[in-house]
Amino acid sequence: MSISEALPGAGPASRPRTLRIRRFDAVERWVHWCTASLMLVLVTTAVPLYVGSVAALVGRRVLLERVHVAAGLLLPVPFLLALAGRRWGSGLRADVARVNNWTWDDRRWVRTWGRDRRARPHKFNGGQKLNAAFVAGAVVVMLATGVVMKWFTYFPDSWRTGATFVHDVVAYLLVASIIGHLAYALTDREALRGITRGWVSAWWARHHSPRWYAEVAGEPLPSVPDAATPWWEESG
Amino acid sequence: MATRRPMAPPTPTPPAPAAPTSPVGRRIFLGMAGLGALGIVVGARVQAGIGRALRPLVSDNGLNLGALIPGSDQFRIYSITGSLPYESPSAYRLTVDGLVSTPLTLSLDDLKAMPPARLVRDFQCVTGWRVPSVEWRGVLVSDLLDRAGVRPGASALSFSSFDGAYTESLTLGQARRRDVIVAYEMEGGPVSRDHGGPVRLYVAPMYGYKSCKWLSGIHVVNRVEPGYWEGLGYDVDAWVGHSNGRSDAATSTG
Repeated sequence: MSISEALPGAGPASRPRTLRIRRFDAVERWVHWCTASLMLVLVTTAVPLYVGSVAALVGRRVLLERVHVAAGLLLPVPFLLALAGRRWGSGLRADVARVNNWTWDDRRWVRTWGRDRRARPHKFNGGQKLNAAFVAGAVVVMLATGVVMKWFTYFPDSWRTGATFVHDVVAYLLVASIIGHLAYALTDREALRGITRGWVSAWWARHHSPRWYAEVAGEPLPSVPDAATPWWEESG
Repeated sequence: MATRRPMAPPTPTPPAPAAPTSPVGRRIFLGMAGLGALGIVVGARVQAGIGRALRPLVSDNGLNLGALIPGSDQFRIYSITGSLPYESPSAYRLTVDGLVSTPLTLSLDDLKAMPPARLVRDFQCVTGWRVPSVEWRGVLVSDLLDRAGVRPGASALSFSSFDGAYTESLTLGQARRRDVIVAYEMEGGPVSRDHGGPVRLYVAPMYGYKSCKWLSGIHVVNRVEPGYWEGLGYDVDAWVGHSNGRSDAATSTG
């Protein structure tokens, strides 16, 4: 008797639910954790740089600014290096392509925020694709505005003020999206395992990424569930 | 409690045609990049509008929450040492020395006994934020120089701070201006520790970094000694709108 059978609502008995499915390869995981660490440095240094009462306690403005700028310039490097690697970048490039291309399911998923069961995601749902595109855009904007702020003598005067303003606003939006990302990640252990160990269980994949699971496992997609049926009672 | 049903054999479905996709991800990315570029170019004007709209709503109170809103015209606190230095108003002393006939050591009361100078000017930071129409009270640096008696050969002033790191400079001509003061009051109250109190320099026509905070000494010297921020690439003569690569008009230099 496998572990998952003992869990209530773990799914139909005869399906092998402890099957592991590779979700992210080693390169993708390294990129994720390097980028996440740099993002943590950026957000932590940003607080005393922006919030006056914290600045009054911590001081050291010049040091904090240097650390912040260095981390900001380094942030895209792991991602870009991985993307460019002919051999090692294939997993990342495939996922970037998936995240870029939206189907009806993804648009429907975003419109109903996952509540419409007819919207069946492939590997990533619409919310994840939206978040990824937003963060990618935000990082580029933060880099550009940060460069204008740091090397201000090369740009027209009002651009420095404009860049500071955009940098401040996008920082708030980025922090909000990071909090959302962390909330989802920390409340879904299987999803978290996907990015830490690289694999997820089959039943999680069937629930979270049904089209991807069907493709990977070589199985037909189950028929559209009726909204009233709980997912663990879906029939094949 | 869920009941486990035996699995029915899967009904084979005909292979679905590949779902049509559109590159929404790329569009979002490019859209944001475009908006960001636009924001850099017009952001100063948007910020000015937001500052005007927020002005009746926010005030520089103890918590200074208004300063957390991007575009609100509030002071930001910068310190280059760890935490802020402190000197009590009663223990505070300002020294004026160097190429002078009579070196001075003045307490806060001594400063307040001298003829007061009052300025209402914008405080403009070189990074782009501006607090409009700040009221300052203090003593003209020119009056301090007259009292100490400047000796021939002197051409500049060096300023030092009791934080141990902040230094600044002015030429004698710049320091003699009617809008360069040693300030002990700001917005109707004593200059707080956060803002460089009990006494700071205030150089109205120049960017904020020239206005040395936590002022401890004025040294009359025979050449300009560039200060802390100049060492990090900022202009020595920091005229608002005509230095540091800028040409924006200061909103009040009157």
